[in-house]
Amino acid sequence: MAHEVVLLDFWPSMFGMRVRVALAEKGIKYEYKEEDLRNKSPLLLKMNPIHKKIPVLIHNGKPVCESLVIVQYIDEVWKDKNPFLPSDPYHKAHSRFWADFIEQKVYDTARKIWATKGEEQEVAKKEFIETFKILEGELGEKPFFGGETFGFVDIALITFYSWFYTYETFGNFSIEAECPKIIAWAKRCMQKESVANSLPDQKKIYEFTVWMKKYFGMD
Amino acid sequence: MAEVKLHGIWFSPFLYRVIWALKLKGISYEYIEEDLSNKSPLLLQYNPVHKKIPVLVHSRKPICESMIIIEYIEEKWPQTPLLPSDPYERAKARFWVKFVEEKAPAIWSLYRSTGEEQKKALKDSSEMLKILEEQGLGEKKFFGGDTIGIVDIAFGVIAHWFGVFEEIVEVKVLEAHAFPRLHAWKENFEEVPVIKENLPDRDKMLDYFKKRRMEILSASQ
Repeated sequence: MAHEVVLLDFWPSMFGMRVRVALAEKGIKYEYKEEDLRNKSPLLLKMNPIHKKIPVLIHNGKPVCESLVIVQYIDEVWKDKNPFLPSDPYHKAHSRFWADFIEQKVYDTARKIWATKGEEQEVAKKEFIETFKILEGELGEKPFFGGETFGFVDIALITFYSWFYTYETFGNFSIEAECPKIIAWAKRCMQKESVANSLPDQKKIYEFTVWMKKYFGMD
Repeated sequence: MAEVKLHGIWFSPFLYRVIWALKLKGISYEYIEEDLSNKSPLLLQYNPVHKKIPVLVHSRKPICESMIIIEYIEEKWPQTPLLPSDPYERAKARFWVKFVEEKAPAIWSLYRSTGEEQKKALKDSSEMLKILEEQGLGEKKFFGGDTIGIVDIAFGVIAHWFGVFEEIVEVKVLEAHAFPRLHAWKENFEEVPVIKENLPDRDKMLDYFKKRRMEILSASQ
């Protein structure tokens, strides 16, 4: 079957990066379309009328929205290569639980580290470290959250790594000092081409954030 | 057959999602009522991360988070499927489940607040219902098509509890003239035998949630 795959994305988005990683893991050829979020394309508004957000995967003309829904979709359609989820239903549920934990706990807290100051920022830093310590506990001695192989939970989390320098610089703390196993895991993931080619350089994300804060008057 | 246990609290909508999935598939289970003010050691052992119900325990292995439990049930017991088999349709169903999870807090906010905050919750609830009616449900009888599916179950509890909250705060939102298709959907959904026979006692709910609302409002003063 011929596959026409288009990804509507925004280069610093950790949600968009998840889809890039998933597509690379499966070796899927696709067209990448950069969106200007201040001037969203008619295609984006047509393909995601409800949220008007990226990422959107357009497969043979049909849109799939929400990053982890897209990653599961990719896993189910291209099921013969590098499965992201375990086949056993209990282990699958376990992976979904941890991906959901990441969805619930990471983004909003992490955002506050660079977007706020003072007490609010301190609370966010504390929560961020607590969340990552819990994740460290779940990782344990495994090379990946998926076990021996890189999987769904790894994809859900690794994209935040590109933002770590930004969090550390604005928050004035070291994630490695607090959660060394997470950094070791992240570096292990970055050795995979699919990950290294999908995540922007951490310094570029920082520069983007500095610019964004100025532009939106957030300083 | 291996044992299935379900830990819950009688007034929890998230519990009922799991009850409906189990009943629709004809799965026997033992129900264990938890006390939220005094959580059992077993619950804390099964759900150390969130310490919440519902928790499904199958052959002594716990699964947490209502929608994750339902996907597990769907895979273990494929009869009476709740998800479509086509990956694109499955992705659409999961999208709507996520939408419901993201927007449902507005109905809790409606119940827990007054004044400006409540006005905002009213607006957010209406917006959620409008999108569900026009883009989620469309012309279908159920979100799942001709039979109920995972999205009906996910939203069904929200709609039902919303009805109880509407009565308590004396505001009607999900009305036939404002949301004709969604209103019809709710009536059809609650007529499905498994759903109809598995709803918490309405008077008990009104009583409990009225008391809780008074406690919440007086605590915030």
